[in-house]
Amino acid sequence: MNRVIFALPVFAFAVIALTFVLGLGRDPSNLPSTLIDQPLPSFALPSVFGGEPGLRSRDFRGKPMLLNVFASWCVSCRVEHPILLQLKSQGIAIQGLDWKDSASAGATYLRENGDPYSKVGNDQAGATGIDLGVAGVPETFLVDRFGKVRFKQIGPIGPDDWKKTIGPLMDRLNSAT
Amino acid sequence: MSRYLLTFALLLVAGRAGAVLPDEQLADPKLESRARHISQELRCVVCQNQTIDDSDAPLAHDLRILLRQRLLRGDSDAAAEAFLVKRYGTYVLLQPPFETETLLLWLGPAGLLLAGSVGLAVYLSRRNMAALKVVPLSPNEERTATRLLGPSEA
Repeated sequence: MNRVIFALPVFAFAVIALTFVLGLGRDPSNLPSTLIDQPLPSFALPSVFGGEPGLRSRDFRGKPMLLNVFASWCVSCRVEHPILLQLKSQGIAIQGLDWKDSASAGATYLRENGDPYSKVGNDQAGATGIDLGVAGVPETFLVDRFGKVRFKQIGPIGPDDWKKTIGPLMDRLNSAT
Repeated sequence: MSRYLLTFALLLVAGRAGAVLPDEQLADPKLESRARHISQELRCVVCQNQTIDDSDAPLAHDLRILLRQRLLRGDSDAAAEAFLVKRYGTYVLLQPPFETETLLLWLGPAGLLLAGSVGLAVYLSRRNMAALKVVPLSPNEERTATRLLGPSEA
């Protein structure tokens, strides 16, 4: 019985130590989104290109789409940009949200680097970003055909992210009736 | 000597320097102080270890302004906080809510202290009780004792 009482604090310490070690491996900037399984908050943004229809929350209907939040001043966005262009060539619908950026800077960025988006909305003030819970760029939402958010990627989409997580989820949403 | 005293006294009275810029502040001092108070309870999700009152991050600036807009619209303190929690989650509150998910966080340290104290009490009481028990010697031990102590043992 004495051995049990001796072992208990050691065991408790081991459990606490394990919890901390596991916790240290997690990324604190990866905040879980409050929008998962919720409809996209309604918004209507002007286009970065002026004279074209902008981006509205109502546009996210009919098929699963990506909503990619980016900015011309964002370095990581340039890292993920080639992947977005590749996804577009594969027929994936991507809508863009130019966050805390002037429309002209956003338009120039897309003209210089290629435009993977069907529509691009300009959120210079950042109000729509706050409604979406955006804390930085890039962030990408996967929205289903009913306008419900199913997944949020914080940070650039790497090839692994698409292959292992977002791609399979998109396939599942596409095949669901 | 009085110069140091004066400096010390001034330091005691000096207010906290926040990141709030003059053009963010509301005209109504009551609303502004409510805004400052709530801001000090909200985490800047970019810097994460600062309040939005302290943080220089652009997002913190936006959230400070948004908070003041909500208060101007007549939101209560709780409603204004709930507005941000709805968008950024409970992580934005510096004091975590008391829910089933945060039960371990809230009760853990006290629980650990209690468990440790109980364990220590049990351990000490067992030691005391063991010391009080007199175990008679076996015949072998009796003989060895007599031999060692000498025949005068009575």
